[in-house]
Amino acid sequence: MDKPDLEAVAQEVFAALADPSRRGILAALAAGGPATATDLAARLPITRQAIAKHLALLAEAGLVVAEPGERRRIRYRLDSAPMKVAQQFLAALARDWDGPLAALREHLT
Amino acid sequence: MAFPDRIERTLELAHPPERVWAALTTAEGLGTWFGNRAEVDLRVGGQATLAWDSGDTATLTIERLEPPHVFGYTWPVYGLPDSDPRRTYVEFTLEPSGTGTTLTMVESGFAQLPDAEHKAAFSGNTGGWTNELGELVAYLDGQA
Repeated sequence: MDKPDLEAVAQEVFAALADPSRRGILAALAAGGPATATDLAARLPITRQAIAKHLALLAEAGLVVAEPGERRRIRYRLDSAPMKVAQQFLAALARDWDGPLAALREHLT
Repeated sequence: MAFPDRIERTLELAHPPERVWAALTTAEGLGTWFGNRAEVDLRVGGQATLAWDSGDTATLTIERLEPPHVFGYTWPVYGLPDSDPRRTYVEFTLEPSGTGTTLTMVESGFAQLPDAEHKAAFSGNTGGWTNELGELVAYLDGQA
C-alpha cells in the first residue's frame, strides 16, 4: 500500500464520520456488535432506507463489512482498520513539539 | 490532504551542545521542559519514563546515544490504543554553531504502513469477541 492509498483511506473515514447518522450507526455497531439494517432502524431514529444508504457508504469506506447472508438478513460488522489509518493522520497533528521546544529554550536560559 | 509522515523542527540555541545534551537526556532536564517528572535509564535499549501532572505518561525506548550529538528514541503513537505495536522514532541532532548549538528534532513514522503481521493481529482482535463468546456458548452447551 502506497501513501496516496493511506490518504484515500483516511479521506473516506473523515467523510464518513462527518455525518451524525453514520456516526450513530458506527457507535451502535461498536456497542452492540453486528446487526442488520432492520436491527439498526429499530434502535436509531433513522429510516431503514436511509440506514441502507449509509451502510453502503460505510462499506465503501471499509468501515463496515457485510457478513454473507440472505438479502434482508445481511448483518454488518465494524471494521476499524481504516479508522486506525485516520488515527495516524490525527496523531501527527496532535503531536505538539512547539510547546515543549519553546519550554526547552526557556529551560536553557 | 497531506499525510504528514514526519515532523521536523530546528532551533538555534545559545548554549553549547553539552548543556543541550544534558537537558535532553537527564531526568532533571526531561522532567523540567518536557514532562513534569522523568526517570531515565540512559543506555541504548534503556527506557525513559515521562510523567505529566495531567496523569499522562510516555515510555521512551532509547535507540541512539552518541553524546553530545545524537539522541534517538521510539515512543507510542499518540491516540492509538496501548496495545498498538506501532511507534514513532524521534531523533535529536546537536551541531555546534559558534558558541551555541543547532538542534534538529525529527519525529518520523506517522504514516507507517500497517504490515501484514499487524493486520493479522488486528483482524484477530476484531473477530476476537465474536469468537470468544462463541467458544463460551459452545463450552456451556457442552456442560448442559
